[in-house]
Amino acid sequence: MRPLIPLLVCSAAALLAADVTVIQNGTIHTVTKGTFKGSIVIRDGKIAEVGEKVMTPAGARVVDASGKHVIPGIIDAHTHIALDSINESSVSVSSMVSVGEMLNPESVSIYRALAGGVTACNSMHGSANAIGGQNVVFKMRWGADARGLVFDKAKPSIKMALGENPKRQGSPQGLQIPGLQSPQNLRYPGTRLGVEDVIRDAFTRARAYQREWKDYEARKARGEKALPPRRDLELEPLVEVLEGKRLVHAHCYRADEILMLLRVFDDFNIRGVTFQHVLEGYKVAREIAERGHGASTFSDWWSYKVEAYDAIPYNAAIMHRKGVLVSLNSDDAGGAELMRRLNTEAAKVMKYGGLSEDEALAMVTINPAKQLQIDQWVGSIEAGKDADLVIYDKHPLSIYAKVEKVFIDGRQYFDRDEDMSRRPKLEAEKEGLRRKLQDQQKQAMPQNRRPS
Amino acid sequence: MKKKFPATMLAALAAVLLAWLPAPAGSAAWTAIRDARIVPVSGPVIEKGTVLLRDGVIAAVGAQVDVPASAWVIDGTGLTVYPGLIDAMSTWGLPQAAAAAQPAAARAGQQPPQQQAQAQQPAQARSRGPLDRPGTFSWVKAADLVQPDDARLGQARSSGFTTAVAFPRQGIVAGHGAVINLGGKTAGEMVVAPEAGLWLALRPSGYLGFPSTPMGIMAYFRQLWLDAEHYRQALALYAADPVNIPRPPYDRALEAILGAKRVLLPAADPVQMERMLKLAADLKTPAVLYGVVRGYEMAERLKQSGTPAILNVRWPSRDRDADPEQPESYRELRIRDLAPTSPAALAAAGVKFAVSSDGLETPRAVLRALKQSIDRGLKPEDALRALTLSAAEIFGVADRLGSVERGKIANLVVADGDLFDEKTKIRMVFIDGVRYLPEPELPQAPPGPAGRGPTSGEWEEQ
Repeated sequence: MRPLIPLLVCSAAALLAADVTVIQNGTIHTVTKGTFKGSIVIRDGKIAEVGEKVMTPAGARVVDASGKHVIPGIIDAHTHIALDSINESSVSVSSMVSVGEMLNPESVSIYRALAGGVTACNSMHGSANAIGGQNVVFKMRWGADARGLVFDKAKPSIKMALGENPKRQGSPQGLQIPGLQSPQNLRYPGTRLGVEDVIRDAFTRARAYQREWKDYEARKARGEKALPPRRDLELEPLVEVLEGKRLVHAHCYRADEILMLLRVFDDFNIRGVTFQHVLEGYKVAREIAERGHGASTFSDWWSYKVEAYDAIPYNAAIMHRKGVLVSLNSDDAGGAELMRRLNTEAAKVMKYGGLSEDEALAMVTINPAKQLQIDQWVGSIEAGKDADLVIYDKHPLSIYAKVEKVFIDGRQYFDRDEDMSRRPKLEAEKEGLRRKLQDQQKQAMPQNRRPS
Repeated sequence: MKKKFPATMLAALAAVLLAWLPAPAGSAAWTAIRDARIVPVSGPVIEKGTVLLRDGVIAAVGAQVDVPASAWVIDGTGLTVYPGLIDAMSTWGLPQAAAAAQPAAARAGQQPPQQQAQAQQPAQARSRGPLDRPGTFSWVKAADLVQPDDARLGQARSSGFTTAVAFPRQGIVAGHGAVINLGGKTAGEMVVAPEAGLWLALRPSGYLGFPSTPMGIMAYFRQLWLDAEHYRQALALYAADPVNIPRPPYDRALEAILGAKRVLLPAADPVQMERMLKLAADLKTPAVLYGVVRGYEMAERLKQSGTPAILNVRWPSRDRDADPEQPESYRELRIRDLAPTSPAALAAAGVKFAVSSDGLETPRAVLRALKQSIDRGLKPEDALRALTLSAAEIFGVADRLGSVERGKIANLVVADGDLFDEKTKIRMVFIDGVRYLPEPELPQAPPGPAGRGPTSGEWEEQ
């Protein structure tokens, strides 16, 4: 029995040490609790302690951040990365589909986003439908399978869209959409008016469906024999929206349409909406703020289509000052291009609108976290939150800043130096494999020859 | 080839004791293959023994078998007897046109009136949602489509295949497969089991309406199965109380969903595998995954979930017309390198797997592909099992097919050496006890435009 006790102590110490990391002596941008020189203690994937002076537990892994900057992991409220299907564009209400099913953990966009300091994102269905599909919030846990990526505590959400995209009906001549050759193949709606109609119709149907089920449950409770209603996968997510169990992300540009949608949401008592793109949001910021809805926009990206002309780079700052919860997003699909520099996107609201550093950083960290209703766990550097952290070599709002290390749930998922040093080896492995396969193919040639 | 063939034939005939002619002869009540090496698959190899057939069934197998005096005796000296090979996912024996598009089904619950009749080049109606039952042909049964005169049957037999699990291929819910023997006078004779499972594909319609993405197809499958369950409930309620409960309209699409024993779903890689396992769980229907190109990474999970696999053994290769300036990624190279190791990985993990001839130029190429896998560590007995007993087990016909055992259907391959040896010649096959002699190898229909067979398990993206 005697040797057992020291053994136990040893293993407990080992466990302790293995699970504790301290990021030391960096400039900590907590976003919500100020910026200071200090350290962060990470235990079991969570931020255990953050402050100017912290106790470094014995055996902890120490990451020296002297001269470096630490921010909470960037959260991108609107992307389409790592999805094998994005747009079920065939119908105007595609709420039955879920892009979360199509999450591809092998997509290199995840690693690229990670390298840009993004630790979580909302990857969404496309904007071809007045009511689109279900979205997915996930963390960049590169190497995990699809289920392991998903931020399962995030509230589910659905995509909606207004304007040019959902009213694209095709053409009788099949000019815009190949394959649609006859008028009956046109998709309704063809106008902005029709988009509103589709949305109102869908939520009206969802209400009727909700009632149908309530009636059935009541009859069943009375002991009556009855056939349950047909389950409808298109309407079920919309009932969840009506019941406040599912968030809405609504793609929009023009102020008049934003007002229209605000009225629709008022009529159906739908809360917790984030307007996406919302380039004319500055015109209706008060109306959005009054209702407690949010806005996720670009810093200075516009005029890529007619409905995106009347935009200004002050949009985010104006909406923010009017009390709208504002985030900045990338809308990236394949390349994770803008996504890799959301820190500099945030910096632009300081130039255009004169917001503070914290206000700027908030737009890519805590604000999107609030919009996705994950701010309880991520979005700022606070004790108790997930240890999703980014270490930059310079001030993160500088154009010269590079991401050095990224932690998610306390685990290091990206290290710039390691990445660079791994490259020659990977290149050599790849070249070796290419040669080997080439030789094999040459050897196999005589057998595989086809009759000419 | 042409010159060599008669010589082979002569050799084959010489080896046969009764060298007089009848080509597919052997209609004698008793047939015995004597002094042959027998590989039963279900048990140890018999180095020198006899297989006795009676009226299409294996009557006895062993080192010592009493052969009735009236039996037609074949001298098996120098020959090896294997169970007939099974192509676990095939279109052999089905009309080729079955794969072509048919007009979209009418809305749920309605029979299509004139629509189907005037269906030359269908001005396909745009599907507006699940109730249009897009690409759904669940009521189609391969067993009803069997064509005994399919020219491909002879080729398949000549390579040792005696059985195929044939599936209709149109749309996304293509219909029910059937286990068929690759020889017989009538279609009915060829069918061994009329219900092998429902073939599902993730081929979006592009712009022809819902569903236009694999994601939409998955949502559609879920709705279709929910509708079938609702239909079942409605029928049960009505049966119990036809006076007060409205009579549910007959629905052929849903009837056929309720009858599905299993679904066949495409999955080329681990990501798709997880999606399909989740989908199958939602459909509450056992799944068989097909494609499984990256089986070397899928073995553990398949084993753990108890899911059988049908491998497409057309190993990925660089496209012949690939742009030489466009280098392949490390990931692609790895897949090309490791795909042939999939069977060994599946066997090592204890996953039940079979193979498909799809996309290969000739049936014989299945054996060559597996030889590649044997060279990469697959045990020959595991390769043989995949081609015989495992396939029979996956489709629930192992009581009658898949091994050389007393009581099983007399489907046999007789070769002059090891089946996976390139130099080995197939001397004859038996199907339902009837002997067939080989034909020269001809190229099958060329593979599709993507260079892969339709069961590669690859999802077609729009």
